[in-house]
Amino acid sequence: MIEASHLTKKFGNFTAVNDISFKVEAGELFALLGPNGAGKSTTIKMLTTLLKPTSGKLKLNDYDVAKQQDLTRKSFGIVFQDPSVDNDLTAYENMQLHAVMYNVPRKETDSRIKELLTLVELWDRRDHLVKTFSGGMKRRLEIARGLLHHPKVLFLDEPTLGLDTQTRNLLWGYVGNLAKEKDMTVLFTTHYLDEAEANANRIAIIDHGKLLVIGTAAELMKQTKTNTLEKAYLDLTGKELRDEEVSPHEVWRSRQRSRNMR
Amino acid sequence: MRIMYYLWLRQIKRYFRSKSRIVGAIGQPLLFLLALGYGLGSVYKAAGQGNYLQFLVPGIMAQTVLFSSMFYGAMIIFDRQFGFLKETIVAPVSRLKIMLGGAIGGATTAVMQGLLVFIISLALGFRPYNWAMASISIIFLSALALSITAFSSGIGSFVQDMQGFQAINQFLVFPLYFLSGALYPLTHVPTWLKIIAEINPISYTVDALRWSMLGTSRFGIIHDCIALAITLIVLIVFGALRFRHIEA
Repeated sequence: MIEASHLTKKFGNFTAVNDISFKVEAGELFALLGPNGAGKSTTIKMLTTLLKPTSGKLKLNDYDVAKQQDLTRKSFGIVFQDPSVDNDLTAYENMQLHAVMYNVPRKETDSRIKELLTLVELWDRRDHLVKTFSGGMKRRLEIARGLLHHPKVLFLDEPTLGLDTQTRNLLWGYVGNLAKEKDMTVLFTTHYLDEAEANANRIAIIDHGKLLVIGTAAELMKQTKTNTLEKAYLDLTGKELRDEEVSPHEVWRSRQRSRNMR
Repeated sequence: MRIMYYLWLRQIKRYFRSKSRIVGAIGQPLLFLLALGYGLGSVYKAAGQGNYLQFLVPGIMAQTVLFSSMFYGAMIIFDRQFGFLKETIVAPVSRLKIMLGGAIGGATTAVMQGLLVFIISLALGFRPYNWAMASISIIFLSALALSITAFSSGIGSFVQDMQGFQAINQFLVFPLYFLSGALYPLTHVPTWLKIIAEINPISYTVDALRWSMLGTSRFGIIHDCIALAITLIVLIVFGALRFRHIEA
């Protein structure tokens, strides 16, 4: 369903993603782990047409990501690391706009929105402006929105960051079910290793833009002769702390953020 | 079409939900009308030019539409900061549709602001010479609005922050406005100013508005229309080309 071969992304002299190859099968829950700045988000941005790879090939749902952008875009849903909902629209209007942009059949739009908003427990708040929502509620809305067009592939970039245990539980339960029922492929990143261990069929660990290892949690532990995924992870990536290496792309973003905080 | 309609609708909804924006955008033109209209009115009359408020109102309407339309570019920057831009640019929708849907929405709200200023002007004593003719000015206001929202979407696609955007406003849009003949007649100005005014698309908008509302024109309505059409086409092409390369 997803196929990356010799994927590389350079920002000037800095190589964010360095010759990565992997394959994700249909219906698989696949975790992409790595310290800050390892290249996870850059990889997702390339898979979702937001960034062009410097070299290498990407296939998603059998489409060439670089050449068949629109078909690729129709095939996936994404929940970004940062919020991406319109605060000045209501929850329902955000969903509706998404349905229109993804060409969801008109007759099904209302019922799908109702089903998904009910599922993430926002149906009662459907006519409230999103700016009145908490961070967790916005995240739930984004998840519902990402699923609205029945994507073949769902990308979740640190989807549970800052969510309470109840919401995390709900999210993984739902995503797991969908993967099973609809044969949806899920690629996610997280810093919570227990989440990866509990939910992912296979795990890839990347660091400094390189793919270190790929396999089931059990395989990773066996390979590193450790007894928890966390120990395996630390064994592979080392214990030193990382200053996130910023890509030029992210430089202004962080500036933006600090500006917003001022 | 449906996509563009919903992106248009998004702008309209956001406009009506932001009361402060409506009121705030009225403040500046109202100040201009009161301070200049009454402040310079007697001097203008003494100089034998007639009623300054009559002369000023089309210029202030153009001003309102111009700056409201420029504000649309700032909305793109906000969309980027608040993340919504990502949602639109990973969608399987052509960038041209996204750009045009939003720009037409922004232009619609800008024209509404212009009409609001028109109503205020009526309360202050402004009278168009012919109501049927005056209604034509909506076409000119729309052309200006769409040109500028297209332009500002182009600017918003590569200017990354509000500071940069404000700089373009200060160094490009304000001069274009003040050198356009919106505030003073171009009959007795120095030659350099006349030349600038004659290559300035805002001059032609203001002139077309005066033609429809006052029945007087400096450049002739045919020239005005040609200038407005060229501006519209050039700026839509500019906006569409820049917007294609937009990055979240």
